[in-house]
This record gives sequence, structure tokens and C-alpha cells, in this order.
Amino acid sequence: MERADLKSIVESLLFVADGPLTLQRLAEVLEGSARDEIGSVLEELQAELENERRGVRLVEVAGGYQLRTPKVNADWVKKLFGGRPPRMSRATLETLAIIAYRQPVTRAEIEAIRGVDVDGVVSTLLERNLIRAVARKDVPGRPFLYGTTPEFLQLFNLKDLSHLPTLKEMEEITLPEVQGDSLPLESTEES
Amino acid sequence: MSTNVQLAIFEGPLDLLLHLIKKNEVSITDIPIATITEQYLATLELMQNLNLDVAGEFLVMAATLIHIKSRMLLPAESGETDEDEGVDPREDLVRRLLEYQRFKDAATELEQRELLTRDVFVRSTSLTEEAAAPGFREVSLFELLTALRRVIERLPKDDAHEVILEKITVREKMTLILDLLRARGNLLFEALFSEVKSRMEIVVTFLAMLELVKMRAIRIFQEALNGPIHIEAAVGIEQAAERVAMPETEEGKNGTSGS
Repeated sequence: MERADLKSIVESLLFVADGPLTLQRLAEVLEGSARDEIGSVLEELQAELENERRGVRLVEVAGGYQLRTPKVNADWVKKLFGGRPPRMSRATLETLAIIAYRQPVTRAEIEAIRGVDVDGVVSTLLERNLIRAVARKDVPGRPFLYGTTPEFLQLFNLKDLSHLPTLKEMEEITLPEVQGDSLPLESTEES
Repeated sequence: MSTNVQLAIFEGPLDLLLHLIKKNEVSITDIPIATITEQYLATLELMQNLNLDVAGEFLVMAATLIHIKSRMLLPAESGETDEDEGVDPREDLVRRLLEYQRFKDAATELEQRELLTRDVFVRSTSLTEEAAAPGFREVSLFELLTALRRVIERLPKDDAHEVILEKITVREKMTLILDLLRARGNLLFEALFSEVKSRMEIVVTFLAMLELVKMRAIRIFQEALNGPIHIEAAVGIEQAAERVAMPETEEGKNGTSGS
């Protein structure tokens, strides 16, 4: 197959796909073409769309490749759709951040950080398919452990979890030097 | 007042503390505990006066703050006087605040990414499918309460205690706010209260506003910290208008109040 043909076909596949297409899936469809070749065609396509400032760009997201509109065009796309996208509350974002960085994590662990009940938020996130129960923790009560889903990666334009922005170290937020081991206050332990 | 607005969607005690710390421009690691405790308790009292559902966590934190405050007043315990004079009673709280702040920062970073259906789009997505965030900063409950306190303080001090049974319900106020917004598109928070003359009416107006937020009929935002608070029509406004206009159905029992 000619390289130009391959590129054209890959573009078509990306256009019609419902979600991000993995290299694996592309290779299955394009039998006869080496993965390396498909990979380099993807790179070429990505650079082309970028350099020509085209209206769709090829983005690596959630472990695959997807055509997405560039941010500069967002206002126009929104105008076409009309209305306003529903928003995500601070509580939702914070809970999602805790789950993303600490996964797998239980509700109680999230609550210990946020200092507030998270039942409602966790249910909403489950409903939206942004998180899922991945296992049960081996402690009394065997609570669910939650982790993020591929939809989470898609929503936040992340290639994979290792591409999450680095969480600031506590020390960077200016923790004073703590001498020796800490002596917790007798009556402040949270449940 | 029988109204009881559930506020589970709002943040908790740590968030209130961080808000107060920021407002007072002090450092998390060196909290002026007396000042912050006082302001924390004042906010709690205001929330309770409004019959807001003050979650137990807020009370636990109040107890913690008072305990720390009392420990700070005590002389350093015997035996560990000089060099490192024991452990700062605030240490545990500071750790929790810092840990929470980390995730608040992480949440902000996530929000600034190129969000699907806000900044970038794919072929098949409809705009309403996923969630996205607004361009302006969201106003927290605590900022609203601070603004509310300003409104209450502006009320003329009238010693003559007139008992007028004002029959203004939360539902009526909701209708009023919806009408204003549908006519004008947006309003300033303070403008909502410009015509209001009694404390009860302020409270009813405030609760009506919160109900509308919960129904996603309105959006409350600020362009800058401590800037004016704007209220604007949101996606659910037409739906909410219909629901509010309906004669007292099940929603009614949640929304009525009087004096």
C-alpha cells in the first residue's frame, strides 16, 4: 500500500471512530501494514494538521488517537451547538483530583482529605462514568476502592494517568520544619 | 422559618478555614488562631441563623479550633522548655490544610486543561453530554455568606419592633428572580437586595437564590476574588421557571417559608 493511501485511510478511520482509536485497533483493521508504519503515518498526520492550523487536530488521549477541534475554535463550535455546557462544581473537581492522584482510594480516605462527606459527589462521578469501583479494600467492611475511567482521561485531554500534572509536594506549599516526631493533639483526631 | 436547604453540594470546614486564611492574608503555617476561630464561629452562626444544614464536620472543626486556641494559651509543658518548645498545637491542622490545599490546586490544574466539550470537541459529542466549567471563578458558599452579611449590616437599625407578617415565600422570591433574569439576562448580587427592607426578606431572598442554583437555573460567579458577585441565567432556567410556576406540588413543601 502506498504511504499516501495509508495516511488517507487512517484519517478516515479516525474521523468515523466513536472514541480514541488505539494503535492496536488500527493495526488490526489495517492488516498488512506494520505498526511502525502506522505510527509514523499518525505522526505525520498530526504534524500536518498542526502546521497547517487545520480545524481538527490529532490528539493522543486515553491510550489512543482522536481527532479533536483546537481550543482556538471553541467559541465558534459552541455557537453552533448553542447553550452552555453544564459545569463541574469545585466539590466534583476536588473529589475527582483526589481519586485521580490517590487511586485506588476509598470514600473514607477521600473524606479524610476533604473533611466533608463525599457520598453525593462520588455517586455523581460514578453516574457520569468518570470513576469506577476497581476493587474492595481488605479492611473491615471491605469498602470499595475507586479509580478513574478512560472517560476521565478523555474529558481532561490526558494521554494516560502518568500525564496528570505533577502534584505539588507538601513541602512546596511551605510546611515549616517539623522537628522530631509529631505529637498529635489528644482530641483532634478525625473519625 | 421551616426552610431547610441542603448544602451538601458546598464545601466543608477545611474550605471555610482556607477561605478565612486567604481573606485575612495570613499564612497557613502561622495561623492567628484566635482571629480565625472567631471568624469561623461567626460564619457558623450565620449559617445556623439561616437554617442552613450545618454538617457535623463543621462543629467538630469548631471544637478543634477552640481546643488549639486553649493549648496556645498554656505555657509550654514542663520538661521541654527551651530549645524546641514542644509541638505547635496547630501542627496537625496545618498538615490537613496543606494536604487539602494540594488537591484544591490539583483540581484547578485539571480545570485548566483543554476540557472536552468546553475547549475541544470531537465529532459525535453533543455539547450537553459532558460536564465542563465556567470561564469565571465560581463563588463559594462562604463568599456568598460574606456578601450576605454585608447586606444585612446595611439594613437600617430600627429599634421599634414592628411585627408585620410578611407573606413572602421562597417560591415567590424564586419567581421574582427568574423574571428579573429572563428580562435582563444577569444581575448583581447586591441588586437583588436593593429593595429588601427586612431581615426576614433578605433571608428568604438568599434561600430562593440557593434553591435556583441547586436547580441549575442560575449561575453565580465573580470575575475576581472579592469582586462584585454576578447572577446569570443558566441552562435550566426555563425548566425551573415551569417548575416554580406550577401550583404547590411536591416541590412546594421544600420551598415555602414565612414569618
